[in-house]
Amino acid sequence: MNHELEAAYTVWLREMIRYVRAKERIISSIAQPIFWLLIFGSSMRTFIPVAGLNYQTFIAPGIVVMAIMFTSMFSGISVIWDRELGFMKEMLVAPVSRLSIVAGKCFGGATTAVIQGILVLLVSLALGARVELVTFLILIPIMMLIALGIVGIGVAIASVLESMEGFGVIMNFVIMPMFFLSGALFPINNLPNWLRIITYVDPVTYDVELTRYMMTGFSSINVIFSFVAMLGFTALTLLIGAYLFNKRS
Amino acid sequence: MDVIKVRNLKKVFNKEIKAVDGISFEVKQGEIFGFLGPNGAGKTTTLNILCALIKPTEGEARVCKYDVVTQPEEVRKCIGIVFQDMSLDDRLTAKENLELHARLYGVPKSERKKRIDEVLKLTELKDRENSMVKTFSGGMRRRLELARGLIHHPRVLFLDEPTLGLDPQTRKHIWDYVLKLKKEKEITIMLTTHYMEEADELCDRIAIVDHGKIIALDTSKNLKDSLGGDTIILDLDDKDTEKAKKIFRGSKVFDGQLFLSVKNAGKEIKKILEIAKKNKIDVIEANIRKPTLNDVFLILTGRKIREETVSLKEKLKTRMMGH
Repeated sequence: MNHELEAAYTVWLREMIRYVRAKERIISSIAQPIFWLLIFGSSMRTFIPVAGLNYQTFIAPGIVVMAIMFTSMFSGISVIWDRELGFMKEMLVAPVSRLSIVAGKCFGGATTAVIQGILVLLVSLALGARVELVTFLILIPIMMLIALGIVGIGVAIASVLESMEGFGVIMNFVIMPMFFLSGALFPINNLPNWLRIITYVDPVTYDVELTRYMMTGFSSINVIFSFVAMLGFTALTLLIGAYLFNKRS
Repeated sequence: MDVIKVRNLKKVFNKEIKAVDGISFEVKQGEIFGFLGPNGAGKTTTLNILCALIKPTEGEARVCKYDVVTQPEEVRKCIGIVFQDMSLDDRLTAKENLELHARLYGVPKSERKKRIDEVLKLTELKDRENSMVKTFSGGMRRRLELARGLIHHPRVLFLDEPTLGLDPQTRKHIWDYVLKLKKEKEITIMLTTHYMEEADELCDRIAIVDHGKIIALDTSKNLKDSLGGDTIILDLDDKDTEKAKKIFRGSKVFDGQLFLSVKNAGKEIKKILEIAKKNKIDVIEANIRKPTLNDVFLILTGRKIREETVSLKEKLKTRMMGH
């Protein structure tokens, strides 16, 4: 058991080393959320979605989730890179269970995503959002759980896909719709019925609502419900991801 | 003692492609055992089964007495592997690659540094330990992979086409390391190759494989001796090849050349040329040489083991089969 933990830690460690080395990746995946906050947030400043919240503050939690989503998805999908690089073989042939490898991979990806999330959170603080230190500390494990849920999807997709070529399709048909339909950019209670139903189906909605409740005190959905939904979704995608990963290799 | 024991191993892909078709052999402790054959002969598939990476369709394989199907983790603990395709993380340094490997194989922390130093010195990479692998040449990467495969002190080392795509000089270098390993460590090595010189140079025993079957298995010397003492090669006019093949029994024709195995070429060449003349076969040139492993393959299958550099297409194909 101890050795299995060590193996998972090793895979996690590799993700960390690679993350720290890939400066351009850190910068590019943080630049987009910042543009959203700065340009979209500032230009729509006069739009008051909820009483007492300006637009920039309203979307800040959604943008934090966005940063987490993108990084998590990329990390999950990087299983394909590992396969093409050949390093996956090196891991698979080691005397450890597949579960330890996929666990290390998921936690590694989620950790990098949380770091990205924190960076965006700090930017939004600099732009005027207010978060208590305690809230900030509670947000970290919540971001971790959100990230794990998305990494799970990434690993599942990577286990089904043959090559990195499908990545653009995934971005356009999975990530983008999940983000736009989540209520990251608009309050969901004012939506027409048909659209509201779709947002309720989108798991990212609960991630955003939960994060927004933590950061602003406002949420369109009961916060306990959001938390349970997020937890359930994360558990589900991790299970599916681990199952497909194991089946593929 | 047999370190590897394989009985009637079969692997069928997609219900019809017989990659491995009933292979049996044993590898003794401390031996270098070679799988020699053309691309697509089933060498890598066999190796992947022995490393417990894929399951056989039929048959049994034991490595260090462990069954590859029911005890894969025990098997993996006692083996080291150098894959045909690169499997290093090129964004990490040489040392980091080795450290990750040591951790994955549960090498105790107190031992790690010592062993990493040891293998880096063995493969003469010590001075580059902190360089990123992406700055390494093909030969250096191979050496690093060799080093990595040794960190956990395996009892068996598998090398899949260890010198594929390397220039002759680097190849010789890698051979030296493999022979040094055999001398300095009590390690059993099984390698696959389609370079006959490689098999000749390194292996104590060679299994010649073709279409998923072992068609001959012995020491290099015995394999060559089995053809008789000498090989006579006659360059013929194209119109005569078919006729000549019928007259000289047991001969093989390849690229307009007739290959004949005889006991003593010096004595028999005269008789052979007389027979050729009597049958109106034009012999453009006659050559005599000691048989090579290539001749063994040629006589057994009527084809040559391709010696030239593998084309990209073939490399892609073998890669796909490997997964």
